[in-house]
Amino acid sequence: MESCNCIDPQVPADDLLMKYQYISDFFIALAYFSIPLELIYFVKKSAVFPYRWVLVQFGAFIVLCGATHLINLWTFRIHSRTVAVVMTTAKVLTAVVSCATALMLVHIIPDLLSVKTRELFLKNKAAELDREMGLIRTQEETGRHVRMLTHEIRSTLDRHTILKTTLVELGRTLALEECALWMPTRTGLELQLSYTLRQQNPVGYTVPIHLPVINQVFSSNRAVKISPNCPVARLRPYAGQYMPGPVVAVRVPLLHLSNFQIYDWPEVSTRSYALMVLMLPSDSARQWHVHELELVEVVADQVAVALSHAAILEESMRARDQLMEQNVALDLARREAETAIRARNDFLAVMNHEMRTPMHAVIALSSLLQETDLTAEQRLMVETILKSSNLLATLINDVLDLSRLEDGSLQLETATFNLHSLFREVLNLIRPVASVKKLSLTSHLASDLPMHVIGDEKRLMQTILNVVGNAVKFSKKGCISITASIAKPESFRDARIPDFLPVPNDSHFYLQVQVEDSGSGINPQDIPKLFTKFAQNQSLITRNPAGSGLGLAICRRFVNLMEGHIWIESEGIGKGCTVTFIVKLGITDRSNDFKPPSLPKVLGNHGSTNFTRLKVLVMDDNGVSRSVTKGLLMHLGCDVTTASSSDECLRVVSLEHEVVFMDVCTGLDGYELAVRIHEKFLKHQDRPLIVALTGNTKKVTKENYMRVGMDGLILKPVSVDKMRGVLSELLERRVLFETV
Amino acid sequence: MDGIVQLQRQLVDYNASLFHEGFLDDQFNQLQQLQDESNPDFVVEVVTLFFEDADRLLNELTKALGQPSIDFKRLDAHVHQLKGSSSSIGAQRVHRVCISFRNSCEEQNVEGCLKNLQQVKHEYSLVKSKLETLFRMEQQVLAAGGSVSR
Repeated sequence: MESCNCIDPQVPADDLLMKYQYISDFFIALAYFSIPLELIYFVKKSAVFPYRWVLVQFGAFIVLCGATHLINLWTFRIHSRTVAVVMTTAKVLTAVVSCATALMLVHIIPDLLSVKTRELFLKNKAAELDREMGLIRTQEETGRHVRMLTHEIRSTLDRHTILKTTLVELGRTLALEECALWMPTRTGLELQLSYTLRQQNPVGYTVPIHLPVINQVFSSNRAVKISPNCPVARLRPYAGQYMPGPVVAVRVPLLHLSNFQIYDWPEVSTRSYALMVLMLPSDSARQWHVHELELVEVVADQVAVALSHAAILEESMRARDQLMEQNVALDLARREAETAIRARNDFLAVMNHEMRTPMHAVIALSSLLQETDLTAEQRLMVETILKSSNLLATLINDVLDLSRLEDGSLQLETATFNLHSLFREVLNLIRPVASVKKLSLTSHLASDLPMHVIGDEKRLMQTILNVVGNAVKFSKKGCISITASIAKPESFRDARIPDFLPVPNDSHFYLQVQVEDSGSGINPQDIPKLFTKFAQNQSLITRNPAGSGLGLAICRRFVNLMEGHIWIESEGIGKGCTVTFIVKLGITDRSNDFKPPSLPKVLGNHGSTNFTRLKVLVMDDNGVSRSVTKGLLMHLGCDVTTASSSDECLRVVSLEHEVVFMDVCTGLDGYELAVRIHEKFLKHQDRPLIVALTGNTKKVTKENYMRVGMDGLILKPVSVDKMRGVLSELLERRVLFETV
Repeated sequence: MDGIVQLQRQLVDYNASLFHEGFLDDQFNQLQQLQDESNPDFVVEVVTLFFEDADRLLNELTKALGQPSIDFKRLDAHVHQLKGSSSSIGAQRVHRVCISFRNSCEEQNVEGCLKNLQQVKHEYSLVKSKLETLFRMEQQVLAAGGSVSR
C-alpha cells in the first residue's frame, strides 16, 4: 500500500518535478486500472475461485486508488471546486474500501495459508497412491506370470517337459541370465546339474549335498539370495572378468510316491529337494525384488506339485503295463493248462476205450480157452495168461480211476445195496487166497448193522477188497480178522483226526470197518508214506513185488469221497497191523428197492457174474429160436419178456427193459422197429439198449445198424458164454458190435 | 447100480453119435447147458416146440408147392422160418437142406424146390426120431435113479 502523498498542490513547484509527478501518477493510474482487469480476466478463466467477493473488494480498492491518482492529475493546476469534490469523494471511498479490504484480509489470509498446506498434503497422498498403484500393478503382473507359468508347467505330465518349461518361462518372465536345476542323485548324497536354460546339454557337474549354502536354502521354503561365487552358482565356465549377477536359490520339494498318503500330507522330514538357481544378468544392475522372489517361490511349489503328478502318472502307467503283461502271461498259462487238461482228458478217454478193449478180448478169450480141452501144460500157461491179464486190467483200472479221482471228476454212485451180502462176497473172494496161504479168516458183523444201505457199492467193495487183500498179501501166517460196526461218536476219539466226529442221524450212519492182520507189520514212521501213491514200503518191496502201490491211495480217495477217514496202526515190524476206515452210508428202510449189484470190472469166467433181474425183451417171430433165446437169457438170470412181432414188441416195451433183443433175420423189419423204439423213448435218457441178433452173415454192416440207432449186433449162434460176455459188455459200454 | 451106469453110458454114446453123424451141432449142446434146476425140461420143451413148428411149416410148404402157380415169396418165407428154427435147436442137417431150399426158391426152380422139400422131410423125420429116442433113453436113466450129466 503506497502512501499516497496527496499534499496540497498550492505550492508553486518546479515544472520538471511536476511533470514527472504527472507522468508517474498517470502510469500508476494505468496500472491501477489494469490490474483489476487482469484479475477479472483470470478469475473468469478459472472456474473455481472461492474468494470472488474479496477480489471484487480488492478490485474496487485498486480502481478507486487509480481513480484517485487520476484525479490527482487535475489538481496540479488550479482546479475548480468540482474537481476538489470529486477528489475528496474518491479519497473517501478509497479509504472505506481499503479499510474494508484490510479487515477482510484478516479473515482470508489464514484460509489461504491452510489451502496451501492441504495442497501439500494432497500432493503427498497422490504420490503415495501412485506408489501403491505401482506395487499392485507389479503384483498383478507377478500373479499373471505365475498363472501363466503354472499353466505351462501343469499342461504337461512329462517330467522333463515340466522342468524345461519352468526354466524357460522363468527365464522369460524374469529376464534371467541363467537358470538351472540341481537334482539329487540316486545316492542322495550329491546334487547333479540336470537342467539349464541356456546350455543345451549341461555337463554333469555334481556338488555334495551337505554344503552350508545348500542346507541354508533347503531349510527354508523361501527363495534365498546366495553368493554368486558358491559352487551351485557356477553354472557356466567363465573366463576372466565375468561377474555373475545376483543369484537366488530356492528348494523344490520332490514328493515321492511312497510318502504320499491320500489324506495326510507327507512329512517334511522325509522329503528330498532339488535346487533351483536363478541368476540375473550381470550387467543390468538389477537386484532381486521381493515380488520376484515371491514369484520364484510360488513357481517352485507348483513345480513340485506338477512333478508329483508326473511321477504318479508314470507309476500308474508302469503298473498298468505290468498288469497287462501279467494278464497276457496268465492268459497264456491258462490256455496252456487248458490244452494240457484237454490233452489229458482226450488221452484218458482214448486209453479208457483202447486199453480196455484188448484187455476184454484177452481175458474173455483166455477164460473161454480155459474151458476147452487142454493139456496140463497148456492149462498152466492159460492160467498164467489169465492171471497176468487180470492183474493188468486191475492196474489199468486203478490208474484210470486214480486219474479221474485226482481230476475230481469221479462221482460216487448212490444206490441201495445189501451190506451183509457185500461182506459175504468179499469173504468169498478172499477165502481161497487166504486158505492157500494157510491164513485163517474171521469176520464179525455187528448186529445193529443195517441190512440195506445207500452208497457206492462197487467202490466200497473195492476199498474193502484192497484193504483185506493187503492184509492177506503182507501176512505169511496167522489170522486176518474183519470187523464191521457202526461208528459211535462217544467211543470214538482219535488224536489224528481231531475234527472228525461221526454223528449218525436218521438219514445216514457211519460204517466202521477194521481189518487186523498178524503179518509183518509196518514201522510206525513209514505209515504216513503208505497213502502216497506209488510209494512202496521199502522193507516189503523185496518180498512182494506185486502191486503197483496205488491201492491205498485210491482207497483213501474213495474213503474221503464217502466223507470218511482211513488210517493204519501198527506196533512195529513183525507185530501185524490194523487198518481202520470209516465211511458215511445212507440208511434206507425200503429193502425192496433193490437194484442188481453192479458188475465187477474184471471180466472172466466168473461164476459169480449174474444178471439177476435184468429185464430184457426178446422179439423173434420164430417160436423156436424165441424160446431158445429166452432160455439162454433166463439161464443167465434175466427177467425175460417175449414178443413175437414188431407190433407186440412196441406195445410191450417200456423203460423197465434194459435191453431189447431183436431178431432181424427178416430183413428190414428190424430197422424200422429200432427207429420206432427210439421215437418212443425220445425224451428219456435211459431207453433200453437195442441189440440185433442175426444169422445173416451177408449184407450186415455195422453202419447200417448204427444208423437206425441199434446199440449192438450179435451173430447167431449165441452160446451161453457168449451171451454172458455180451450182456456184461453191453451193460458196461452201452454198445457192442460184433464184427462179421 | 450097474444098470444105471450102463444106461448112462449108452446115453452118452448115443448123444455122441448124434453129434458125430452131424444130426446135431453145438447149438444143441448150448441148449443142454441151459437146462438147470430152474428150468429142468428146457430142452424137451424147445424140441417139442420145434417139432410142432416144423410140422406146420412142412404142411404149408407141401400145400404151396402143390399150387398151380407157385408163390415163391411165400415159399421162401416158410423155408426161412424152418431154417431159423432148425438152427436154433442145432438140427444141422435140416438146416443145411433149408439153405439149399432157399437158393432154389430164389432161382424159382420148381423142380429144385420139390427135390429140396423131399430132402427136408426126410432129414426132419430122421432127426425127429433120433431126438425122440434120446429123450426116451434119458427118461429111462432118470427113472432108474441115475442122473443125466450134461
